[in-house]
Amino acid sequence: MSAFLSRLIGPRIPDEELRTNRARYLTPTVTFMVARILLLVSIFFPYWHMELEAPQYPNGLFLTAYVNNLTEDVKEIDGLNHYIGMRPLGEAAAFERSASVYLMIAMVLMVEVAAFIHSKWAVLLAIPVIGFPVGFLIDLYFWMRHFGLNLDPHAPLSNSVKPFVPTVLGEGGIGQFKTYAELGNGYWLAVASGALIIVGFFFHRRAYRPLTLPATQNLKAAA
Amino acid sequence: MTRKPRAHTSRLHVALAAGVVLTMIAGDALGQDTTRRRRRTEDAKPIELTPAQVADLTKLANSRKLSVDDLVAAAKTYLPSGRHDDYVLFSSGGQSGQVFAIGVPSMRLLRSISVFTPESWQGYGFAGDNDAVRERLKINGKPVEWGDTHHPALSESGGEYDGQFLFIGDKANARLGVIDLRDWETKQIVKNPLTVSDHGAAFVTPNTDYVIEGGQYATVLGYGYATPEDYKKSYRGMVTMWKFDRAKGRIDESQSFALELPPYWQDLADAGKLASDGFFFVNSFNTEMATGGIESGKPPFEAGASQRDTDYLHIVDWKKAEKVFKDGKAKKINGFSVITMDTSAAEGILYFAPEPKSPHGVDVTPNGQYMVVAGKLDPHVTVYSIEKVKKAIADKKFSGKDDYGIPILDFDAVKEAQVELGLGPLHTQFDDKGYAYTSLFLDSAVARWSLGGEYDSKNADEPWKLVQKTPVQYNIGHLCAAEGDTVSPDGNYLISMSKWSVDRFLTTGPLLPQNFQLLDITSPGTTMPVIFDAPIGVGEPHYCQMIKADKLKSWDIYPEIGWNPHTQALDPHSPQKGKEGVVRDGSTVTVNMTAIRSHFTPEHVMLEEGDHVTWRITSTEQTKDATHGFCIGGYNINLSLEPGEFAEFEFTADKPGTYPFYCTEFCSALHLEMMGYLHIKPKAAPKADASDTKPATTASAK
Repeated sequence: MSAFLSRLIGPRIPDEELRTNRARYLTPTVTFMVARILLLVSIFFPYWHMELEAPQYPNGLFLTAYVNNLTEDVKEIDGLNHYIGMRPLGEAAAFERSASVYLMIAMVLMVEVAAFIHSKWAVLLAIPVIGFPVGFLIDLYFWMRHFGLNLDPHAPLSNSVKPFVPTVLGEGGIGQFKTYAELGNGYWLAVASGALIIVGFFFHRRAYRPLTLPATQNLKAAA
Repeated sequence: MTRKPRAHTSRLHVALAAGVVLTMIAGDALGQDTTRRRRRTEDAKPIELTPAQVADLTKLANSRKLSVDDLVAAAKTYLPSGRHDDYVLFSSGGQSGQVFAIGVPSMRLLRSISVFTPESWQGYGFAGDNDAVRERLKINGKPVEWGDTHHPALSESGGEYDGQFLFIGDKANARLGVIDLRDWETKQIVKNPLTVSDHGAAFVTPNTDYVIEGGQYATVLGYGYATPEDYKKSYRGMVTMWKFDRAKGRIDESQSFALELPPYWQDLADAGKLASDGFFFVNSFNTEMATGGIESGKPPFEAGASQRDTDYLHIVDWKKAEKVFKDGKAKKINGFSVITMDTSAAEGILYFAPEPKSPHGVDVTPNGQYMVVAGKLDPHVTVYSIEKVKKAIADKKFSGKDDYGIPILDFDAVKEAQVELGLGPLHTQFDDKGYAYTSLFLDSAVARWSLGGEYDSKNADEPWKLVQKTPVQYNIGHLCAAEGDTVSPDGNYLISMSKWSVDRFLTTGPLLPQNFQLLDITSPGTTMPVIFDAPIGVGEPHYCQMIKADKLKSWDIYPEIGWNPHTQALDPHSPQKGKEGVVRDGSTVTVNMTAIRSHFTPEHVMLEEGDHVTWRITSTEQTKDATHGFCIGGYNINLSLEPGEFAEFEFTADKPGTYPFYCTEFCSALHLEMMGYLHIKPKAAPKADASDTKPATTASAK
């Protein structure tokens, strides 16, 4: 094994050390594992909700976004959106929705690999998971803004509803509708996943850092 | 032994992988539930009136001349906006040929359901030529486009309303309508081929195996002819058992049969239940077999038919009749299976019991043990016991036979009780507290009386006794208690179907509305106040039934886009989004159209004079209450296109011109723009050339 590679993947744990301090080395592994589970489970929970309220919809209209799907009253909302010239919601983030599950599996696998790398470089593999929730929001904002600002000028209500940026979080409004948008349980699971990974790296560093120091000194001594 | 760390880690991986799978499954199930947060309708908090509010209320009541009872009645019936009624009253619409659905206790009209009469809002009978609705309204080839709807009957399972179907009889034309309560539309109309008119329809057996249609005015069965001199020999009464196929939601005419009866005028019917399951009961009048003739100095029917002190309660063992029919012992009259009187007598299907006098309703108590016959021209209700009837039949306790050989059971052997109520008793219903309620037409009152037998212990009143008479305004016919003709009545509310309103409402010309009066029957004893008057200004309703609202499982929208309500299935011909257009085959043209807020596709349809057109429209809406209409002026066409519904009509484009078609339901802000043009080009070239203004977008047929 080249010195570079061994520095990259970090030191292996001596059997004796593992037997005496098992918890120390298990903790980061288990933490990463739980983080990966949370991320996978989040696929099955909504990331984002929007509720639309108007007088003639006493039970409200609902939009729910999963990482790979947009559900609930999409058809009715599309029907209403055609009056203001907004494109059907199904055309938004089509690539993201089709790729999201693969992307998330890839991220999970990267964290899996990270669990076996006992150097600080493991962090690089975990950055996508940590940044994922922020990326989701930025993407959502991008598409909402894009759709809201690019209304068909020939639409029937183009005179009363001008291009606008829909509210991604919190209270907004469009026409006679009040909108309330909030993050869903899936999103919070993804955030928890990222947070656990950061916590995991604290344990990771505590476990492997001491092993690295003598190893580096040994290398130096050999040179 | 030294454990390898890797082995440990991989076992951990397996455990956690299993955890992932389990959590995903759980998460998926949970996710479904949490997606939609239902908004709660806010119930009012318990109130306590301050002295100031009491003073305000008192002032208001005094300025509107309201008594304390009035205030209480208002509090019992008023429903704030958005609050729903506890019960739905399905009422016959009388001569309007419709059925009305009314909320109780608010007494607000929810909607009408057209059955025997074309009605344009529902697009019922306004689908051009060969309209399926108009076709099924024909009798002997003649359009008969009204009905005298009489008795609605909700389908039952185990003697309880199940909220699935509603049957309604047309007295004038001896027809039966079948309504599916998923979409509240008429699905079938059957015409009795034996008789011109009827009365005792519809009444169902406890599991809706059969719908009973009792006849009324005797005729020569099967549209035959005989002079009044031959009345006794040739005229006949009848009762028909219509077989209901619940899975299909249709009456199966081939499995239905009738019983030939003497030419007495059979009247109302009721099916036995529990103790009396397997029997049904029909009463009769004019056992005198009077034939009238006031014009030749003979006693008129009204006198001639009221001579005898008793008439005959018909007791029919329908399970026996069914077996006789299935054994092929029925004969055909006008293509319909009829069990003759001889067969009925020989097989022990039919028995008579004397009943005083020209009675009207026969109503079976919830436990099925007693049949209550209201005297009409006798001030009593007469109560018969099914146990005694069965015993009298077994012991052959007959007081004789009638002229047609039907055995007459001994009156004293089958009678349980007689209760004197007052003048003109007509119909009886029941509650949950051991009381019966009988309408008194001449007294214009509702009588509450106590039942005996196992009901005795249910209230403090002596059995078989009149307890209370509440006046109603005026001339009550039928009455209806909440689920009051089932095996488990609810009590709570009672409707008096008062025929005359006289002074109860503003005068609406010489034709006045009927008065549906709501009575609160929750308290036992003598407390039974009228708490609401509801005018019904569309026809004279005859009978109604009141069902707990939560038993109705109505559809919000049709289950699939392109649903045909006639077949209750997705229609293979329904136009779908993206498949619209006009197809021409010679002069036969098919238009495939969709409708959604706020446009039809296509918007221009080009035809030529003389084209025969089949026009199909699917509403692709999926939102509750987003209904569209579709009309073409001058062609007598109007459709109701409820969300997901498919409708079809045919017509011949025989009057050329430019016809705007439009949506007739105010569907959206751009409702007025939801229109298009039908262009029917004349055969001969028009003198003035108007073809320059050709529309830009056309769906012209090739």
